[in-house]
Amino acid sequence: MIEQWIAANFSPELAKQVVELFVDLLNAFGETFLMVSISTLFAIVGGLPLGFLLHVTSRKLFWNNRLANVTGNFLVNVLRSIPFVILLVLLLPLTQWVLGTTIGPTAAAVPLSVAAIAFYARLVESSLCEVDPGVVEAAEAFGTSPLRIIATVLFPEALPGFLRGLTVTLISLIGYSAMAGIVGGGGIGDLAIRFGYYRYQTNVMVVTVVVLVVLVQLVQSLGDRLASRADKKDI
Amino acid sequence: MIQLENIRVDFAVRGQSVLAVDDVSLAIERGEVFGIVGASGAGKSTLLRVINLLERPTAGRVRVAGEDITDLRGGELRRARQKIGMIFQHFNLMQNRTVYDNAAYALRVAGKSKAEIARRVPEILRLVGLEDKAQAYPAQLSGGQKQRVGIARAVANHPEVLLCDEPTSALDLETSAAILDLLKEINARLGITIVLISHEMAVIKKICTRVAVMEGGHVVEQGEAYDIFATPQHPFTRQLVEHTLNLELPPHLVDDRQGTILKVLFLGDKAEEGVLSTASIRHGVAVNILHGKIEYIGHRAVGLLVVLLTDSPDAPAGLPFPLRLQAALSYIGSQASHVEVLHD
Repeated sequence: MIEQWIAANFSPELAKQVVELFVDLLNAFGETFLMVSISTLFAIVGGLPLGFLLHVTSRKLFWNNRLANVTGNFLVNVLRSIPFVILLVLLLPLTQWVLGTTIGPTAAAVPLSVAAIAFYARLVESSLCEVDPGVVEAAEAFGTSPLRIIATVLFPEALPGFLRGLTVTLISLIGYSAMAGIVGGGGIGDLAIRFGYYRYQTNVMVVTVVVLVVLVQLVQSLGDRLASRADKKDI
Repeated sequence: MIQLENIRVDFAVRGQSVLAVDDVSLAIERGEVFGIVGASGAGKSTLLRVINLLERPTAGRVRVAGEDITDLRGGELRRARQKIGMIFQHFNLMQNRTVYDNAAYALRVAGKSKAEIARRVPEILRLVGLEDKAQAYPAQLSGGQKQRVGIARAVANHPEVLLCDEPTSALDLETSAAILDLLKEINARLGITIVLISHEMAVIKKICTRVAVMEGGHVVEQGEAYDIFATPQHPFTRQLVEHTLNLELPPHLVDDRQGTILKVLFLGDKAEEGVLSTASIRHGVAVNILHGKIEYIGHRAVGLLVVLLTDSPDAPAGLPFPLRLQAALSYIGSQASHVEVLHD
């Protein structure tokens, strides 16, 4: 319908272009969504426990374990210091081993997940450091077990920070996913690079960038809203 | 109720060992309000944390309610801690939980049933005067109200001991007084033994029955609050008491004096005016009261007067002033509990 309207009022070529772009955009959006969802899921499932591990094994807390702490920190730092483009290539054998292929959005989700786990673990740890140590001390004074302190003190007190961190992670992952094109992962960012940069179709690039901006804004405001709802520190 | 025997606590601070508590022994009786007073860094906070083993002593034994808890670990230690409540200078409430959930915390940790928690929490919130704030969050409360939540949380599970870590230091004067009254009421009504640390003698004076004074990791003096306050022995205690009494004279009174300035201490039921007026009449000296204070600790009074003795124009002829002054001084000295000549 829109195609006909554009064809009638402007030109049939433009109409064809718009429809093609729309189909491409929809595909790319689906791919981005898939990659980012998988890696966000892994960020939560892997990054959250790793962040807790980094925190509770540090010197100040109840499970003081230097070996686990140093190992965890080292691993996170190494993963965080490798530029994502390189990590993408570096982890190709892992992707091959896990999925049996290295091509497509699911394959790109493997290095994205690894990066996301390390990234989110660091944010989780820093949120946990923000929790007032006095509250943990109070819980200890009332005879609370370490696991219970994690579940009933650290988690709820740091939850707003976790949500803010998850927002930051999600947005970074959308950015990272643009590089997924290198292994044929597709996605919106990849679309912008392929059409806008390699084929000089500036209008496609502009449209995709606009879509990305809108997407990031949405994610950020949703994250902010969830975090401030969970946060009762200043009401 | 609580016996601390030869407690020693060493800290490792940047590779160096710091002795925070050095060979301290205390015996705290059931039902009393025991104060530990000292400057910051004296080790009182560490000593308090030894009682529930938040701080493990390097040496010494800790006994609470007859049980030696020094070597308890894991679940056994946690069960012992559930019988020891604690409140904190900065309240240490969970910010993202309501007043109700904060107050219920110790009960949940102790594994109480839902029904029991639902019955106990409103009861304990009523005791601390916050029954209408159950659904509020700590950020919506004033400092005094936050400490009341802290107290509710600490006493909800019927502890035998309540440890108070500078409970009023973050509060203004009026709120402090109200919180101390509440602690006193809890001590009297529930029979909970209270151990309270503070750097302020005024706090100790208000609610403690007995006091230990700490300096540099040692207990330098301990005894009945009244005695510590009335007749402090150790220089540090004296300094603390004097600071509380604040009997400082304006400099011009001291510089322009025409006689002797005395500090006179009366304890208990001594009739202050009687002694001074008798001295005045009998020995022909004029008595000017420059400063004075009567403090009540428990129900007993400590009277402190700063007086100026000068030659009286109505003095009978005969003895010269210095001799009459001498006689007056020795008379007051024999009647009052303690006399100190501040300025000749």
